[in-house]
Amino acid sequence: MPETADVVEQVVRQVLTSINGDLTPTETLLLGELEALSGEIARAKREISALSIGDIKDSHIPVATDELDAVLAHTAEATNEILDCCEKLESLAPSLPEAPSGIVNDAVTRIYEACSFQDITGQRIAKVVTALKAIEGRLMRVTDRFGHAAPPPAEPVAITPETEGRALANGPQMPANASSQAEIDSLLASFD
Amino acid sequence: MDKNTNILIVDDYKTMLRIIRNLLKQLDFNNVDEASDGAEALTKLRAGNFGLVISDWNMEPMTGLDLLKEVRADARLKNLPFIMVTAESKTENVVAAKQAGVSNYIVKPFNAETLKEKIEKVMVHA
Repeated sequence: MPETADVVEQVVRQVLTSINGDLTPTETLLLGELEALSGEIARAKREISALSIGDIKDSHIPVATDELDAVLAHTAEATNEILDCCEKLESLAPSLPEAPSGIVNDAVTRIYEACSFQDITGQRIAKVVTALKAIEGRLMRVTDRFGHAAPPPAEPVAITPETEGRALANGPQMPANASSQAEIDSLLASFD
Repeated sequence: MDKNTNILIVDDYKTMLRIIRNLLKQLDFNNVDEASDGAEALTKLRAGNFGLVISDWNMEPMTGLDLLKEVRADARLKNLPFIMVTAESKTENVVAAKQAGVSNYIVKPFNAETLKEKIEKVMVHA
């Protein structure tokens, strides 16, 4: 199937070769617009072809995803270290007098709660990686259409069927859009 | 509330499994097993004798919502208390979970008190 740019160029050429006799002012104006459009498309094709899309595919995006994977690995490692320490503190608590034991247990609980950041950041980073890969795929398809040498990446293959659970799995929302526990409790109560 | 209840926690983040297990231990629940996705959880639930499921939503290959639907469709498991613990906080997620039969819903990040409160609530109704 011919691309839009090629079709427009073809139309301009056909109009030019089919001109017989004088043009009306409207036809002259239309022809001028078509020629300008054709020039713009040709310029855009040249600029897109000149982009170093290969660098984005071969270097920038893999480096970015590797860096994000490293962030995940480091935070997981650090979180597990923190949890190791908490478990040791927790095991010591029974040997302490009641008041300090309670303080240690409360502090450990708060650290456990805070450590769930690793799950949330992991899900957010996964969303960023997905977005980067989508950008890469679209860039490659655009450059391929304009005659760039590099072939477009293969479409992702769905290995599992879409379910309602997967369709609604969007990961953490931005704080401004996220429902609080109180709002969720209220929503659940409205079903009773 | 029976502290000897067998609890299955389901999450694809090992850190989260560890955190929930430790918080449950603080609440004196020591019979805790783990699964890293819905499919593994379903196998364990069908083979075992659990009194409560605490599951994440966003997992592959089987999500928490799909696990919940399987549980509710299983004659032996259909009344099993099921708490969703997830970062999915959109109204449509909560509604879908409720319609699928979720017993309660906790949004991440959560605190120990919320976990305790929701467990007490679903265990009373179990």
